[in-house]
Amino acid sequence: MVAPAGTPAVRGRAARRPAPDRGTGPRSRGLSRTRFLGRWAGLAPFALYAALFLGVPTVSVVIGSFQDNSGHPTLSNVSAAAHGIYLRAFLESIRLSAAAAVIGAVLGLVLALAMASSPRGRLLRHVVTSASGVFANVGGVPLAFMFIATLGNLGMVTRALAAMGLDIYNAGFSLFSFTGLVVVYVYFEIPLMVLMILPAVDGLKIQWGEAAANLGASRWRYWRHVGGPLLLPAFLGALLLLFTNAFAAYATAYALTTGTIPIVPIQIGSLLSGNVLVDQQNLGKALGLGMILVVAVVMALYAWLQRRTSRWLR
Amino acid sequence: MAAVSTAVPLPVTTGFEPRPRRGGRVVGTARVVIFVLFAAYYLMPVVAAFEFTVRGTTGYNLSSWAYILSQPDLTATLGLSLKIAVGTIAISLLMMVPTVVWVHLRAPRLRRVIEAVSVLPLVIPAVVLVVGVLSAFQGLPNVIKGTPVILSLEYVILAMPYTYRVLDSGVGAIDLKTLVEAARGLGASWLEVLLRVIVPNLRSSILFSAFLTLALVLGEFTMASLMLFNTFPVWIVQVGQSQAQGAVAVSIFSLVFAWFLLFAFSLLGARRRGSRRRRSA
Repeated sequence: MVAPAGTPAVRGRAARRPAPDRGTGPRSRGLSRTRFLGRWAGLAPFALYAALFLGVPTVSVVIGSFQDNSGHPTLSNVSAAAHGIYLRAFLESIRLSAAAAVIGAVLGLVLALAMASSPRGRLLRHVVTSASGVFANVGGVPLAFMFIATLGNLGMVTRALAAMGLDIYNAGFSLFSFTGLVVVYVYFEIPLMVLMILPAVDGLKIQWGEAAANLGASRWRYWRHVGGPLLLPAFLGALLLLFTNAFAAYATAYALTTGTIPIVPIQIGSLLSGNVLVDQQNLGKALGLGMILVVAVVMALYAWLQRRTSRWLR
Repeated sequence: MAAVSTAVPLPVTTGFEPRPRRGGRVVGTARVVIFVLFAAYYLMPVVAAFEFTVRGTTGYNLSSWAYILSQPDLTATLGLSLKIAVGTIAISLLMMVPTVVWVHLRAPRLRRVIEAVSVLPLVIPAVVLVVGVLSAFQGLPNVIKGTPVILSLEYVILAMPYTYRVLDSGVGAIDLKTLVEAARGLGASWLEVLLRVIVPNLRSSILFSAFLTLALVLGEFTMASLMLFNTFPVWIVQVGQSQAQGAVAVSIFSLVFAWFLLFAFSLLGARRRGSRRRRSA
């Protein structure tokens, strides 16, 4: 993402692979002993930190979802999380995230391809990537309010369309509904897609296109047989990350709907803030466990795709 | 890219001459249309938001901006968020830079493991993590769990996927082994190697990961609000409940602020890169 300008060709593993200088040089004996001891020692701070501030809370969620309020083992939380309104919340969350991810991924890919093939690439690329960096990180809250000013009941675009005779709120649109959330989510999914897919798009070497052209392939055949298959794993991988990103989003939905839309993060939030019965204090953990499971499945797919991608794009 | 470069002329005519790429102009026009549409989509909310903040009952005025700027909570909450950000960035870098360097240098086979751990925060959504934090750390001393310190500690985790990735690709782009061996061969201690050889070479990666962390912290709402800390994004939502125009104004402010920070960070990185190139030339 931030490749320094000075190192164009030599990158990553490929650069280091032909240097197996094991056992050469006067220091190698001492080095290998430190290497053995230090391999784990040097990673201890990181491992401890992750275990404490990520591992402990996660384990507490997992264990808590199988306990009742007094700590006895029970399946009632998990069962409640998998039925009724909470099951519907999961389905709604998945539907929303899938819609936002697919739309965001396709549009982001279009933008990345347009950018990569642009003749005046450098400046444009700088503008688009830095803008993407900002927009992908704006955070849900400011974004929600900016969209209220744009497509809310009194938003500028809403009023402009109404002045042209198209009252979108009469036509069934609402910013505070499923469709509205998709529109807002796509706004932060596209920049994320651009940032993630750009290395893969850049990885398509011009020479491959030229080689295909030399062999008589049309542009279409190039994309059908070379470019497309090469981009596909990276595209699907990024799509999965976009899905998890939308699935985990809480702030946008909360700020837009003040907690009325029934998606899982919002449900967990209101369970935490005590907007529900007291005897369900571990239900939030069961919902959390459900979210972890959904994301874990998606991320396992992602890891598998990553291995396929990295085989090509090194 | 617009024209096929035929740098390697074929010795014999094989019948498979490179075809001139057709439709260059059409593709160019389509590209312009794509860029214009995206620019419109991305600028529309910004413009609309600004129009919204200055809209009065009769004409346009700046009263909502004046209202926001007169709120003492603006500086208080922004200050708190910045303090949390500084803490997060400090912990993040102190921990992640040595770890990434170590993995590349000493334990390349563990790279996959560390990478897998570093993306775990993407698997465990912040809203779930906060549930765990609230129940697991009930017993901790109040200095940690009752103050924004806990936010810094947890934001390090939330930022980890990005921090690790950026630093990892930064370390991958330099010839770490040679640099370290040269420095060690010349008698530098490990601390000197880290601070005077590796860190300057990773400068742009470090700056970029610091920026990403800063942006994340300044925008993080989920944990802060559910743990009842009054950070900047939490305050924006509070304002929004009574004064929509004011909340939109602060939203624009935070967007512009993020943009300004990114610009400052990339300027720092660019200046450094420029000076290095001059020196080596």
